[in-house]
Amino acid sequence: MRLSELPKGAPAVVDRVHDAHAADPIAQRLRDLGFVDGEPVRVVAIGPMGGDPVLIQIGYTRFALRRAEAARVSVRSEVAA
Amino acid sequence: MSASTLRIALVGNPNCGKTALFNLLTGGRQKVANYAGVTVERKEGRFTAPSGRVLQILDLPGTYSFEANSPDEQITRDVCAGNYPGEAAPDLIICVADATNLRLHLRFVLEVKRLGRPVVLALNMMDTARQRGIVIDVAELQRRLGLPVVETIAVRRGGAKALIERVDGEVPTAAPAQPDDAASRAGLHAQVREILTATVTMPRATAALDDALDRWALHPVFGLLILAVVMFLVFQAVYAAGKPMSDLIGGGFGWLGEHVAALMPAGPLQSLVTNGLFGGIGTVLGFLPVILVLFLFILTLEESGYLPRAAFLLDRLMLSVGLTGRSFIPLLSSFACAIPGIMGTRSIQDPRDRLATILIAPLMTCSARLPVYALLIGAFIPIRYVFGVFNLQGIVLFSLYLVGILGAMAVGWVMKRIRRDKSEHALLMELPSYRMPKLRDVAIGLYERGAIFLKRLTGVILGLTVLMWFISTFPSPPAGATGPAINYSFAGYIGRGLQYIFAPIGFNWQISLALIPAFAARETAVAALATVYLVGGEASGGLGHALAGQISLASALSLLVWFAYAPQCMSTLAVIRRETNSWRNVAISFGYMFGMAYAASFIVYQIARMLT
Repeated sequence: MRLSELPKGAPAVVDRVHDAHAADPIAQRLRDLGFVDGEPVRVVAIGPMGGDPVLIQIGYTRFALRRAEAARVSVRSEVAA
Repeated sequence: MSASTLRIALVGNPNCGKTALFNLLTGGRQKVANYAGVTVERKEGRFTAPSGRVLQILDLPGTYSFEANSPDEQITRDVCAGNYPGEAAPDLIICVADATNLRLHLRFVLEVKRLGRPVVLALNMMDTARQRGIVIDVAELQRRLGLPVVETIAVRRGGAKALIERVDGEVPTAAPAQPDDAASRAGLHAQVREILTATVTMPRATAALDDALDRWALHPVFGLLILAVVMFLVFQAVYAAGKPMSDLIGGGFGWLGEHVAALMPAGPLQSLVTNGLFGGIGTVLGFLPVILVLFLFILTLEESGYLPRAAFLLDRLMLSVGLTGRSFIPLLSSFACAIPGIMGTRSIQDPRDRLATILIAPLMTCSARLPVYALLIGAFIPIRYVFGVFNLQGIVLFSLYLVGILGAMAVGWVMKRIRRDKSEHALLMELPSYRMPKLRDVAIGLYERGAIFLKRLTGVILGLTVLMWFISTFPSPPAGATGPAINYSFAGYIGRGLQYIFAPIGFNWQISLALIPAFAARETAVAALATVYLVGGEASGGLGHALAGQISLASALSLLVWFAYAPQCMSTLAVIRRETNSWRNVAISFGYMFGMAYAASFIVYQIARMLT
């Protein structure tokens, strides 16, 4: 499942970040920010217009990601981890 | 060693409290400039350590990673690595990390360490960390990182004492430099996790206060409502405090000019002093209160952590016209005045988004357009009630605001289509913890904005004002001339020349002429029209009456639309030049606004002429 499809409040862990194209700087930045295998994530809020952007809790930090950015991150549910 | 200067670079993630620490270390003794060729601010300060050694501190732009995504991050990377031309490599790097956010910040600390330079880690916001029950084993952290670690509280007096002592002592030995390759980068997160498990106890991942506030601030309904209230208050403050002060300053300089003029013999010199110099200085200083009031709010909102929340709420809306959530506040400020709005785009990190915001900011209906709108609406639009409640004059004024916003949206949309760089630019925005804004940091920020405006723009605006005065005054009218003096000046000739260009949009030569001094500041169009139509005094009632007799309704509507879009403000163009460091952007702004104003006025004039 992609992070952009994760329902609000559902706990999950990051699987990996996918490059949308070769040398994708956004994907690289997501990895630098801590979106790496095994890291717990949660959607804490969604934007008022079209549910975009989404607010992601990762580690001790909250990041606002547009849906296209969140779609680069694949996640799995916590139970499976 | 004691007399030598130590060059220190201050680095850290965004929101680590780095700038507050810089302010605490250097006080107000800062030098703000730009890095050559880019619009990234270079902030440097110095202070003398107890040992007598001078410490020269460079506050580098905040960055998440040396894998740079933007010009400011590239500068941080290159300066730290000693690769930035014209900037000596730092003797010591102070890496600042937020003690409440180590999961994110420690990774960058490890990146900095790999450069192989002497590094000290400042563990900042230790007060907040203690309040939240976060326990950090500093000795163990120091051992595992292999770096000296010092606790700091940037928002407290004396909160950097331990840091100063550490920096003033022996420069720590550098860890050996390590190659920067993808494989070793990928290992950094694992290292961070390991260090955190061994040294940090977090009772909960986020502050309880943040969770509680965000439940309201980011709520789809209440969040937008809160945003609307905040914006309403900001605007009230601008009009209640900033605008009257601006008017007072403008009026004060006018009065001063007249009194100085009374001491001088009549003639061109007297006119230069009254209308050129005092008028010009009044214009420049008149902007200052609005700028300061707006920035007081912008800085407070930014320091408190609310600004990114507002950006979160509005990002989708702004994205649809090719902007970003962060464009919202600068654009909203532009309703008061485009100058602080354009200066406020510094909070937009992405250069493309920033430029797009700067280009459309002047289309927002600023307060200087109001006197022109009020005059023309009062003269041409009858007071009639539509559906019994809506005043027709009010509807026209509202429509003009709407015309500005719709025009800006259209321009944003077109720019999104025609720009060469169509790549996806990320939002990827951290929502930091809420914080009480500190008076010192807001005051230093305000001082910087005010100083930049006065230092860099006074010369340009004053010069242009004097130039406008010159072409409106010379040559003097011939003996026995009956018309107003301006008719015989260069501006008069230019105005008469311009009427051929402006005839298709319904402007006669008097209007064309009035547009020339109005280029200095829109509101002077009213006075200029009064002059050319030989109306004594500035009573707009009399002028409105005179206008209604001489200009057709179609021309008046066309003029209203003209003022909504036209680049009638040279101060704005000067700020665009200053903020983008490019004449090309000034030319683009002027060109597209002129074209857009001309086209819109043409359509309005031709349609109105057919109907009336």
